[in-house]
Amino acid sequence: MTRREATIGSRVGLHARPAAVFVKASAAAGVPVRIGRPDGTLVDARSMLGVLALGARNGDTVVLESSGEGADDALDSLVALLEQDHDEPAPADA
Amino acid sequence: MPDLAVGFSGIAVSPGTGAGPVHRLAPPPALPAPPGPPVADLAAEAARAAAALDQVATDLEQRAGGATATAAEVLLAQALIARDPVLAESVAGRVLDGEGAPWAVDAALREQQAVFRDLGGYLGERAADLDDIRARAVALLLGLAMPGVPSPGVPFVLVADDLAPADTAQLDRSSVRALVTARGGPTSHTAILARALGIPAVVCCTGVLDLADGTPVVVDGTTGDVRQIGADEAERLQEEADAARLTAAAVTGPGRTFDGHPVKLLRNVGSVDDLADVAGDDGFEGVGLFRSEFLYLGRTTAPTPDEQEQAYLALFEACRGAKVVLRTLDAGADKPLPFLELAAEDNPALGVRGLRTSRRRPEVLADQLGAVARAARATGADVWVMAPMVSTVGEARSFADQVHALGLPRAGAMVEVPAAALQARRLLEVVDFLSIGTNDLSQYALAADRMNGDLADLLDPWQPALLQLLAMCAAAGRDAGKSVSVCGEAAADPLLAPVLVGMGITSLSMSGASVPAVRAAMASRTREDCEGLARLALDAVDARSARAGVAERCRS
Repeated sequence: MTRREATIGSRVGLHARPAAVFVKASAAAGVPVRIGRPDGTLVDARSMLGVLALGARNGDTVVLESSGEGADDALDSLVALLEQDHDEPAPADA
Repeated sequence: MPDLAVGFSGIAVSPGTGAGPVHRLAPPPALPAPPGPPVADLAAEAARAAAALDQVATDLEQRAGGATATAAEVLLAQALIARDPVLAESVAGRVLDGEGAPWAVDAALREQQAVFRDLGGYLGERAADLDDIRARAVALLLGLAMPGVPSPGVPFVLVADDLAPADTAQLDRSSVRALVTARGGPTSHTAILARALGIPAVVCCTGVLDLADGTPVVVDGTTGDVRQIGADEAERLQEEADAARLTAAAVTGPGRTFDGHPVKLLRNVGSVDDLADVAGDDGFEGVGLFRSEFLYLGRTTAPTPDEQEQAYLALFEACRGAKVVLRTLDAGADKPLPFLELAAEDNPALGVRGLRTSRRRPEVLADQLGAVARAARATGADVWVMAPMVSTVGEARSFADQVHALGLPRAGAMVEVPAAALQARRLLEVVDFLSIGTNDLSQYALAADRMNGDLADLLDPWQPALLQLLAMCAAAGRDAGKSVSVCGEAAADPLLAPVLVGMGITSLSMSGASVPAVRAAMASRTREDCEGLARLALDAVDARSARAGVAERCRS
């Protein structure tokens, strides 16, 4: 079992686009990945609903777990993804 | 013979005429009470449920392909939810326990909605997004009409209770000839979107949902009338409307009345991107309202003076030497910006907003004005600066002093508060121009929340009280020899624009899509005609008769 911690880098938290990017990357990881709060139960990282329901905000710590061949590399790239800020400023409105 | 035609009346929000068969936005499918019929082949039923969710995801992805970047992002996130493996497991589990596929999908998504609602905040709001996925999957499984915007295969008039952003992501002029909603107000999402797309629209049109799909109607987005007609007549009226649109587009150059009296037709813009098309537009006369909020939204810290200066340089260059009227930061409890650190208020519309925020954070306004002044100097642009939510002469004077001290020659006050309209003459002793924001002025003069659809009739720009306030400002401007413009959406109504000019308003600012029709409306009337229309409107006892009277005079 491989375990990593990541700090959410996205300004809006693990919502909307950052969540979508992460869920797609998890589905493509080739190994089963689970994500959760350090003190909570872990959910399937391919589940958009599960990832959204974590409600992880900017600066929050999350835990990733995986096992099997390639788990180390997969988690490294997912951690990097979570710690990145994907957001642009919100569009203008009147 | 009496006229048996069925007619409806609502609030006109996007000018022009559109005619064609009605097609209604399908309501969410009605799911019969559980339990459904017993399921014979559990595995096949589970596969049917999975296929429906898969189809919903595919449809969402296809819709994303034709949508704007922002809408596409929302739709693709929805598609990921429809493809969620955990959701699929939950649905399959329910089917294997004996629930029919539509009930299983419905229950699994409702369970997830409850989770989101309990979590609250951002996720609470996202709970509604799951409604669309659930409704689509259930409709597929029950063989009912797909909820959302119909695609009848011919151009049509879209009728709905109200439109959600997801519904409107793919609307286009070639298939939707007009929009009519039973609810919504002049500042609703539907209204703003219809104007941006140039689709004639009427909102707050009670009873319109009773029209059966396929019924031909004509929609007048200038008067608010919706009338049932024959199919042949609908096609004829649509052809006339298309021809009129082409004629309007053929009137080019700067805005002027038939007898050559100039009326500047300016644009309302929110970012430099809104000016992408001005290079080829010989009728582009400048920007009448630049909403400077885009620099600040979504920020936890204020943009640096240097960053602001760069953004204004880009804006002024995009205007190519034409006039640009910049509104200083318009924020408050209703449009919160985290770095302003304003306290929550019970009545945000009546609170610390617009220029009032500078009472608490004067440095934010000072930084903004400094950046504007440097960018104006560097480009030599014709920059006018105005403050939102001015209520007193003292506020206007201190703002104008600050602007002039930086070497910016034109300082103005927005008229959104009735107190400012009543003091228009005195305001023009201390500022160089006035610009009337009719949306807010309506809200404050009629004491009706802009977002409250039940009060939409009070927010009609033809309300006599609003017209009188506009006329007071125009008269004050004429006497002072100073510019008084209208930058609310009232300026975009080709019927109301000549009335405003007849009062003495010197320029009109609107979304770019609205300019051609207003330009054509001005070009067909003399200034004297406009003055006659203004008297007619000001003499009317209510909004409906003001509009009807002006419309009738314009037809004759």
